[in-house]
Amino acid sequence: MRIAKAPFQFMAAAPLIRVTGQRARTLAELLDLVRACPDASIFNHTFQSLQQHHFLTEGFSNDFAQWVLAACNEPRLAERLSSLDIRQYAHLAELRSDLVDVLETYLREVPEAAPRRAFEPFFFCETLTVAVPTSWQAQTLAEFCEALSHVSIHTVHFHFVAARLREPLTVNDFSFWIEESLGLKELADSIDQIDIYTNTLEGVRTRLLVEATPWLTA
Amino acid sequence: MADGLSAPAAAAATAASLDDYAAVVGASELAEIRALAQRLAGRSVKMVNSTSVGGGVAEILNRLVPLLNEAGLPCAWDVITGGDDFFEVTKAFHNALHGAPYDAPPQAFDTFLAYNEKNLRAHSFDSEFVVIHDPQPIGLVKARDSRPAHWVWRCHIDVSNPNRAVWDFLAQFIQHYDAMIISSPSFTRPLPVPQYLFFPSIDPLSQKNQALDPAFVQKTLERFSIDPKRPILTQISRFDRLKDPVGVIKAYKLARKYKDCQLVLAGGGAADDPEGGQVLSEAHAAAGKDPDIHILELPPWSALEINALQQASTIIIQKSLREGFGLTVTEALWKKKPVIAGAVGGIPLQIIHKLTGVLAHSVEGTAYQIRFLLSHPEIAKRLGENGREHVRENFLITTNLKRYLLLFLTLSNA
Repeated sequence: MRIAKAPFQFMAAAPLIRVTGQRARTLAELLDLVRACPDASIFNHTFQSLQQHHFLTEGFSNDFAQWVLAACNEPRLAERLSSLDIRQYAHLAELRSDLVDVLETYLREVPEAAPRRAFEPFFFCETLTVAVPTSWQAQTLAEFCEALSHVSIHTVHFHFVAARLREPLTVNDFSFWIEESLGLKELADSIDQIDIYTNTLEGVRTRLLVEATPWLTA
Repeated sequence: MADGLSAPAAAAATAASLDDYAAVVGASELAEIRALAQRLAGRSVKMVNSTSVGGGVAEILNRLVPLLNEAGLPCAWDVITGGDDFFEVTKAFHNALHGAPYDAPPQAFDTFLAYNEKNLRAHSFDSEFVVIHDPQPIGLVKARDSRPAHWVWRCHIDVSNPNRAVWDFLAQFIQHYDAMIISSPSFTRPLPVPQYLFFPSIDPLSQKNQALDPAFVQKTLERFSIDPKRPILTQISRFDRLKDPVGVIKAYKLARKYKDCQLVLAGGGAADDPEGGQVLSEAHAAAGKDPDIHILELPPWSALEINALQQASTIIIQKSLREGFGLTVTEALWKKKPVIAGAVGGIPLQIIHKLTGVLAHSVEGTAYQIRFLLSHPEIAKRLGENGREHVRENFLITTNLKRYLLLFLTLSNA
């Protein structure tokens, strides 16, 4: 059984949501604020909202898309915003840039939608993440699987979804550790392919365990 | 109301312990809560409000305070005192903050300040974290001195459109706090103080939300002559125009042309509320002689009956025209019920349209959604299941407890 070069420390992570006071009443205002809001707001309405709604496997992608659909009745734009996959981004600046691009393109195509008042405003918030170590550590893949089956789904989100934003990873924590510390690149790659949009976080946990099980004897 | 200085511990004595919540939120969630609390070892909290019984704030503190203590963070709960004149003023302030017209006389502010000064002398504030709930004790922040304490104002009410004079008066105190907590992003105000979002929460182990013996549910339906074999639509709310009970009856009557169903309107008694009595009469008039409309006036101690009615319902309606957060919606979602609700106040935070329930904006829209959900029970079931998970993730007392720990950690590291 392979012993890791360094143990994996599972973290308990939880979000504190701060209301910024910025609000958009129209798509034009949304575009302005997406351009100017803090990174922590972009994180909150994409990465964080996915955690907040982790039990939904269809129809929810991020807060912007949801608001555009429910409050602005612009399904085409909502679909485009929904299609942005946060796993593709290692930096919030890139995600912000693509959000702006989608909004700008749509408002060029449908300029009359820009000043139309939404049914209710979009309120910008930001996430402050507090992370503390749990009692779970892993030195081997078996210990990793044991711990993974016990930690909360917030821990799964912290290590599997939000991790790729933390320098210098650009991949999820689990894949990084499995490749770097256990030398199991194939497993690391297959884990990184697990779809967070068509699985609940509980489903992600199950898939992680399914992917890892055949490697327990490696 | 003139309470004693310390809130009664009796309510907590029979309540569930932190470990009892493992069955609901999982052992890992409780482990996280304890890990966060451990980081605050050696610190203490004081909660202050204006009543130990009755009302949502007291209900929350009755659970939150023992749970904080059990998690390892010593927490005391003080209740301020005041005469009738003080509570008349604070009730007027409360309504004015909700946007009701109010021409505040100068003596109202004097009365408010005098009682806050009196309470200031009666209480000590040597905890590292002091949380003041709602406007009544807001002036106690004058007690903050050179000690390194963190003061938080927890505003439970909708201040999105407040009376200007009352708000300006309160704002002079708020600026001395380190943080303000609000229940919805739409309640944010331009202030120099960071504002944090804490959703209101329900206790899944309380009488109102616990699992019930099916025999008790059946007996409750029999008691109110409700047919358990036919679909039941229910709105739980006091008889208030803003809850639009007459609109619910109209929607039921429209839907009833297409789908067989019964309607239950259940809420608190209207004996001490002249307008409530009038709204109740209007509801009876709108119901006419329809034997399938059950209008139930329930006493305040009817938590189990309300729970049973919710659990027996096919669909829960909350057709509010204005709403604070709408905890009856939270309760219904927790019971896996498909909910049709007005898109007002905190309801859209709970009902993500077509994912955790459906939003309606009119009588006709409500009627259509009733027909739709009665015709598509599989969709109704999925909405209910999603709704329960939404509550589990965001609107339970354990989440509230966790948010306080996170805020205290953030403040102490700031």
